[in-house]
Parts: sequence; structure tokens; C-alpha cells
Amino acid sequence: MDFRLTDDQLALRNGFRELLAGRFDREALRAAVDRGTLDRALWRELGDAGLFSLRLPEARGGVGLGLPEAVLVFEEAGRALLPGPLVATHLAAGAVPGADTGEAVVTASDGALVEWLAEADDVLGQDLAQDARPIRSVDPLTPLHRVGGERTAGPDVVLPPGTNVVTLTLPPDATALTAALLTAALQLGSAARTTELAVQHARQREQFGQPIGAFQAVKHLCAQMLVRTEIARAAVYAAAVTAEAAADEADVTGACVPDAYEAAGAKLLADDAAVRNARDCLQVHGGMGFTWEADVHLHLKRAWVRAGQWITAAEAEELVASRL
Amino acid sequence: MDLTSTAEEEVFRGQLKEWLAKALPTLPPAPDPLDWPGRRAYDTAWQRMLYDAGYAGLHWPADAGGRGATPTQHLIFLEETERAGAPYVGANFVGLLHAGPTVAAEGTAEQRARWLPPVLRGDEIWCQGFSEPDAGSDLASLRTRAVRDGDHYVVSGSKIWTSHAEVADWCELLVRTEPVSESVPKHRGITWLAMRMDAPGVTVRPLRTLAGSTEFAEMFLDEVRIPVTDRVGEENDGWRVTMVTLSFERGTAFVGEVVACRRALGELARAARENGRWSDTVLRRRLGRIGAEFAALWRLTQWNVSEAQRSGGVPGTGGSVFKLRYSHARQELYEVAAEVLGPDALDLSHPWNQDRLSSLSYTIAAGTSQIQQNIVAERILGLPKGR
Ligand SMILES: Cc1cc2nc3c(=O)[nH]c(=O)nc-3n(C[C@H](O)[C@H](O)[C@H](O)COP(=O)(O)OP(=O)(O)OC[C@H]3O[C@@H](n4cnc5c(N)ncnc54)[C@H](O)[C@@H]3O)c2cc1C
Repeated sequence: MDFRLTDDQLALRNGFRELLAGRFDREALRAAVDRGTLDRALWRELGDAGLFSLRLPEARGGVGLGLPEAVLVFEEAGRALLPGPLVATHLAAGAVPGADTGEAVVTASDGALVEWLAEADDVLGQDLAQDARPIRSVDPLTPLHRVGGERTAGPDVVLPPGTNVVTLTLPPDATALTAALLTAALQLGSAARTTELAVQHARQREQFGQPIGAFQAVKHLCAQMLVRTEIARAAVYAAAVTAEAAADEADVTGACVPDAYEAAGAKLLADDAAVRNARDCLQVHGGMGFTWEADVHLHLKRAWVRAGQWITAAEAEELVASRL
Repeated sequence: MDLTSTAEEEVFRGQLKEWLAKALPTLPPAPDPLDWPGRRAYDTAWQRMLYDAGYAGLHWPADAGGRGATPTQHLIFLEETERAGAPYVGANFVGLLHAGPTVAAEGTAEQRARWLPPVLRGDEIWCQGFSEPDAGSDLASLRTRAVRDGDHYVVSGSKIWTSHAEVADWCELLVRTEPVSESVPKHRGITWLAMRMDAPGVTVRPLRTLAGSTEFAEMFLDEVRIPVTDRVGEENDGWRVTMVTLSFERGTAFVGEVVACRRALGELARAARENGRWSDTVLRRRLGRIGAEFAALWRLTQWNVSEAQRSGGVPGTGGSVFKLRYSHARQELYEVAAEVLGPDALDLSHPWNQDRLSSLSYTIAAGTSQIQQNIVAERILGLPKGR
């Protein structure tokens, strides 16, 4: 056992961080907010960089890497607040023509809301053409459509007979679990980023003659942000690594599916970290944090959107409980 | 990133499991949790069994009498002993988990030879005399004085909250060898000594905890003579040595308890299914969330251990991140236990209720949560020191 990142993994992560810093910096982010549409050129560049084909075998034109590497790259995308149906397009690589190269934009329907429907070339899941209607999305960088609202796949969580509870329909198939884990990685990146933003601000902003970061009330907010991030990181990385190990053992290509218990726990903790860190980051920024100009609301709104995708908190809690 | 075991590790695990299956049935019945002398005898007997089987001081370096096992083997050991329901380190806690490792890291060859083997054999147990009535979180303001007299220190003062003092043989003691002044800031002038608990001038007065036990005590030191040769590290360099001790205490000492918590959580879920509380969605979901927390805490442990391996064995500040989350999760676990128990939550004869009371100390002992948050903010995040 050696749970640290390998040199190759560190290089991959840093490479993606640099790519995104160059191609999707803060100015680009704000421009995207103002524009509100998907930047197809950027999408193709992400495709060229291997974001979508990362786990596709080399024989099929992919990069041939595994779930742990995908998680690291999605974490970077989360840090940068990269917009678009990243997870669905990544999952569609190899199945939907053009998804791997970023020629196609693919979204997915796993519940009542579908992101980027109007701009998508394809949709994973049910046929939505008829009853989907656009809503005013809380996140300026994630357009949303509302659809029927039923989960598309999967049996119910089994609860003891006679229990009086709402029955949850979970999507426990391979695609959904992988999607949940990659979404958790995006949340992790966002949580780490808002921690950094809060700490930076707390070191610079002065009140009462000293940096606000010298005040314990602020310090403790920041410390809890780090703790949430690190616990989520441990869970997300472990879910990816154990899936990979299980697949190696089975020795079947494409058998790399996260364990439902691991993926659910990772999603739960990463959602929590992303949402609560964004809120604390806003608090540390004071009045400035409440403005449109500060980026923190974009992190919070995106974190809310992602928390509703693939495995929600209620579903994750039930799923983990069912294994106790 | 790799979380799989090597073939060697699996062999180690297999042999350990086999030994545990044979050894555990030979243990005497567990003593009453309030009976400290009984607990000392039980805990040290278990330590002796580990020693005879070659499992004592697994994570200690080989030249300190340990097995020099890899941190991963240590994790496997903690996992399997806990799974098998083996006794926890108990009274051996300080000796095995932080005084011993500190002596191994900072002591002289003679000191290692004198103190370490009896800890490993379960012959001697240690306690920790750091806190004082007016020096808790602000440990560096301690006042117990040591004055040099030839080749002895003469120590006077008092210590408090000393766990297992009643039954300990040795104490890792922090004393002031240089009074605080303009030229001596309070972190300087502290020295780390090993004190015999039966030395003349040592008085131990047990304190009753809210759980009803006397697991800690007050200590009064009246001109206790401690040989200079029992000093670990240089005179006035005790604060640095203390930081080594605390990093062991926070970094690795709680690891085994995560496995214990996961086992307790499984028992809780079973009990809730049996008594019908499982149908309460709110309760069930709380259990699920705690399940995810403890699973992640175990992963964080594996992460921290991998990091410590890189830095040569002394755990880093990641221990504070772990301790913060763990202590709260454990309290939450026993809050839910009380809900599962319903009216039985007020019956002290149920072990969970003792555990619930004990869990109240987790956010205080070994550095309060507030102090841990300061450490995370200042030493990891680099925020300025301040009021
Ligand atoms: C079960 C148990 C076993 C123990 N065993 C031992 C032992 O074996 N040996 C030993 O030496 N000690 C032991 N301790 C002592 C323990 O380390 C101290 O209790 C702890 O460090 C807190 O110190 P204190 O009790 O003096 O509380 P105080 O330091 O007085 O703290 C009181 C409150 O004030 C807060 N506070 C204090 N300073 C700050 C600050 N700067 N910023 C924010 N909040 C602050 C604390 O967080 C706490 O909430 C034990 C304690 C317990 C409960």
C-alpha cells in the first residue's frame, strides 16, 4: 500500500492545471458567465488534451489511463469551474461518435434536471425530446431543463419489509457510479479552491489593525474548510483506486466500476465539502463575498447543481446505511 | 496510488489472524472498566502475549527492540486485532504509543536499553505528566520547577489530568529548568524528564471522571530527585522533544480506534434493525452518514501513513486534520447510539453508555478541537498568529 500520488499522476495533474490556467483563466471564466453558452472551441481543445478519452483504451484512440487519473483531472476541472457536461461527455467517449475528441457535446439525464440539454448533440439515458422544459438555472454557467423526474435505471434499495419509508430508486449501474465519482472529484476541486480563496483573502484583508486571518473565528472557519476537503479527498481517491484494483483482479477490460458504498460515501463527503466550503468562503469575504463580482457564488451554485446529480445526499446515506 | 496489499502483507495478515484465533480464547475475563489495577494487570498481560508472539512494538524501529515493520503492516495489525475483538492498548497507551517512540527517536543508547524493553514486555507502564492546573492548552506556560543539584534535578510542582497515574511506573514529565524572563521566552527553558512514580516526594491523588472511573489523577511533586541521566534531549530543549511526542500522540495513536468505531457502528445498525428503530428514516440516514465518515477516516489514515513513510516516520500535521474530524465523529456515533437505545440510553450497565460518557473527552484530551483548529490554520494553511 502506498496511497500517495505517483510521479506520473502528479505530472498529469500539474499538466492539466497549467492547461486550464492558460486556456480557462479567471477572465475566460467571467466571459463565459456573460456569454452563457458553451465554448465549442474550448470543448475540442479539452478533447485534444484527452479529458474525454482519458480512460478509452489506446487501441481505440484513447489515452488508456484509469479511474484514479480521471479523478485527478476532474478535480482540476472542478478547481477551474470549467463549464459543460464534462462527466457525461467523458462517459460517452467510445460510445457516442465525436465524444472522445470533443467534437460532440453529450449530456445525460439521471433525474429531474438535465444540464446543457439545448447545446447537447446527444443525451445518455431516456429520450427527453418531448417533455423537457428550460428553467431559470441558479447557476449562470449550467443551463438546466426540467424533465419527468424519475430515475432512469436501477432497482430499489432493499429495506426490511414493513418499514414505512419513501422508496428511493438508485442508479447503481456502472455508468452512474462512475458518474457519481467523477462528479465528486469536481466537487473536491471546488472545495479545495474555495479553501485557497478564503485563506488568500484572510491573509490580505486587514481589520482592527491586523489581517483577519489572525482572528480565531476566521481561522477556525478556514481550518474546517481544509478538514472537509481532506476527508473528501481521501474518500474520492480511495473509491477510484479500489475500483481500479478490483478491475485488475477481474482482468476484464472495462470492468473498472467503483464500489457503490465507496462511491456513495465519496459523493456525500465531496458534496458536503463543496457546498459548505463555498458558504464559509463567502463568509470570510464579507460584503465582497455577496457580490456578483466575487467568484465564490459561482462555486456555490455549481456545487448545488452537482449535489443534485447522480447520487444525492439522501440516496448516499441510504446506500451506505444499507451496507452497515 | 495503491491500496492493495502485497503478497508479503497478506502472509503477515494470515499469520496474525491465525495467532489471534488461538491466543484470544486464553485471555482471562475482562476486568470491570472502573477497576484500574485490574485493568493494568489485564492490559500488561495482553502486552506480554504480544511480546512472546513477536508482535510487540511492531511499528518501533528494530534498533529500539521493535519489529521495524512497515506502517502498512502496523495498520494491518490494528485492523485485525480490532476485528478479532482483542484488547485495546489501554494502560500501555503512553508507553507504547508516544513515550516509547519519543525515547526511541530522541533517547541515548542507554536510555533506549533501559526503558524500551520493559514497555514492550508489558513489565512497566508510563504516564504523561504534561498538563498542570494553570497550563493546559497553553502547555508552554507550565511552572513545575527543576533545580540542578549535582547529578540530579530536584523537582517541585504539580501536574493534573495524568491518565493511569495511579498504576504507572514511569512518567514522561515536562519541567521548567529556566525561569521565564525577558531573555527566556516560555517555550525555552522546558526539559523532558523520565520520572519514577515510586520516587520519594511523588503523591498521586486519583480524580473521578464524569464516567465514574479514576482514569486520571492529580500529581504533587515535592522535591523529587531525578537523575540527570534520565533526561531525554538537552536541558531546555524539551519543547522540541515535546513536539515529537505530540506528533506521535495525534498522528498515529488514535488509528486503531477508527476500526473500533466501525465495528461499533455495525453493532449499532444490527441493534437498530432488531429493535425497529431502523425504520426511522432520519436515524437510518444519520447512521449512513457516520458510516461514510468512518470509511473516509480510515482512508485518511492510510493517506497520512503513506505520507509519514515519506518523511521518515514522524507523523506530520495531517494528524491534526484527522484528530479534529475523528473526535467529533466519535461523539456523533454515541449520540446516535443513544437514539438507537431509546430508554436504555439511561442505563449505565449498557457498555455503549459508558462509551458515550468517555467520548466526551475526545475533543479535549490530546489538544482541544479549538487548539487543533489553530494548528491547522497556522501550520498548514499559513494564516498569521494572532489573538
Ligand atoms: C480524559 C483526559 C485525559 C487526559 N490525559 C492527560 C495525560 O495523561 N497527561 C496530560 O498531561 N494531560 C492529560 N489531559 C489533559 C489535556 O491535554 C488538557 O485537558 C487539554 O490540553 C486542555 O487543557 P485544559 O483542560 O487546561 O483546558 P483549557 O486550556 O483551560 O481550555 C478550556 C477551554 O478553552 C479553550 N481554549 C483554551 N485556549 C484557547 C485558545 N488559544 N484558543 C481557543 N480556545 C482556547 C479550550 O479549547 C477549551 O474549550 C487529559 C485530559 C482528558 C480530558
